[in-house]
Amino acid sequence: MYSEKVMEHFSSPRNVGQISDPDGVGQVGNPVCGDIMRLSIKVEDGKIVDVKFMTFGCGAAIATSSMITEMVKGRTLDEALQISNRAVADALDGLPPAKMHCSNLAADALHKAIQDYYERSGKSADAENRRTTAG
Amino acid sequence: MDYAATTPVAPEVLEAMAPYMTEHFGNPSSIHSFGREAKQTLEKARETIATLLEARPEEIVFTSGGSESSNLAIKGCAEAYSRKGRHIITTSVEHHASLDAVKHLSKNGFEATYLPVDRDGLVDLNALKNALRDDTILVSVIHANNEVGTIQPVKEIVEIAHEKGALVHVDSVQVVGSLPVSVRDLDIDLMSMSAHKFYGPKGMGGLYVKRGVRILPLIHGGPHEKKLRAGTQNVAGAVGMAKALELAVERMGDEVPRLTGLRDKMIEEITSRIDHVRLNGHRIKRLPNNVNVSVEYVEGEAMLLNLDLKGIAVSSGSACSSGSLEPSHVLMAMGIPYEIAHGSLRFTLGRSTTEADVEYVVSSLADIVAKLREMSPLYPSGPCKCKD
Repeated sequence: MYSEKVMEHFSSPRNVGQISDPDGVGQVGNPVCGDIMRLSIKVEDGKIVDVKFMTFGCGAAIATSSMITEMVKGRTLDEALQISNRAVADALDGLPPAKMHCSNLAADALHKAIQDYYERSGKSADAENRRTTAG
Repeated sequence: MDYAATTPVAPEVLEAMAPYMTEHFGNPSSIHSFGREAKQTLEKARETIATLLEARPEEIVFTSGGSESSNLAIKGCAEAYSRKGRHIITTSVEHHASLDAVKHLSKNGFEATYLPVDRDGLVDLNALKNALRDDTILVSVIHANNEVGTIQPVKEIVEIAHEKGALVHVDSVQVVGSLPVSVRDLDIDLMSMSAHKFYGPKGMGGLYVKRGVRILPLIHGGPHEKKLRAGTQNVAGAVGMAKALELAVERMGDEVPRLTGLRDKMIEEITSRIDHVRLNGHRIKRLPNNVNVSVEYVEGEAMLLNLDLKGIAVSSGSACSSGSLEPSHVLMAMGIPYEIAHGSLRFTLGRSTTEADVEYVVSSLADIVAKLREMSPLYPSGPCKCKD
């Protein structure tokens, strides 16, 4: 039911853990629905220089978490905000239909982490984007 | 570790069946000698099964399996007795075959009551007493739960129901071939069974219908099975089912204590080697081969897939494994919180399970749980202590 890529990320997930001094943390899901993802990011010069995840959930939840950490490392915040849940699923060669809604939350967690970064640093997304595109 | 899902056909069973698919392929409804021979074989199989269950041969109807048997019992009985009443009682922990049959009836002019269970999965007998009405025609109850293994007090249920004039259907799919069953002793009116749960062939089952109990068929078309189930009978399947049940009953004396020992060892090992684990289902009143546990802070499917990578097949009651968004209705009915139901795993042992298998499974599970908890944002003593 899962693609080889999903199983590969699921069995050896990348970037597991929590950044000790994160610039932004995003958590989505709840124990009732059976999936919780927490993503923490380290930002330097408008770029995500480090990212780690903690996930409680099924195979798809773990694989999408792992996949997104690979997708965003080194990307600008603006680029990271463009990544959708769908794009994460596509990068894993797709997910079973039932999993597209319940366990495909990694991009939401990432966007929340970026939002948290902006709130902590007092910068707005627009100002940050202008700065990164200008710089 | 998933023998409640299905079992392999025993070699003796396959051997017994083979001739009835090749040389002796007659149709039991044919009048010629080939047909008569097939008919004789079929009736011999029926007799064997009946004897082993302390039933009469004419009380056994061959079907395609457990789901069909339960559907035939529930819908067939409802239709036959609809003039007497339209109320049906069942439990909240039934197999979907029964549950959905009752749901279907409740959308078509019948009324259903779903009895609650306690935290061990046992039916509340007082609730049954209170639910029974003059127009209650049928009480349908799962003999032993397919997920958590809890065995219901069938005898008491039957007594209570009969006092009020209601018939009782027992879904014994997980019990027949696993534990001794006497329909006479339990005084059951209808009982479903399935051959592939006891090392018989898939696509073969039976329904016990007590003499005098009326049901109407689901499948019309011919006089087969006393007009209760039209269609040319599966002679090889019936032979296989009879042989499989014979072997199962013969071996029960050794197999029940052996499996019970392995089961208890496994429960003991899992709960002592992994913290934050709870056993689902009744500790004693449970199938000899069933171990169902909830592991907190990890999700069932993630454990299931990891176990699969180590060559261990199990099933889970998590939403992700069920294909729906809800975790197991059985665990929910037992009052188990969502987050714990998501972390449930069912191990079911079988004839080939050894003590070494149990040890391998327990140590694999302990490793997997440790690995998954390391990445779980919920695990309190993990690297992240920031429990929200």
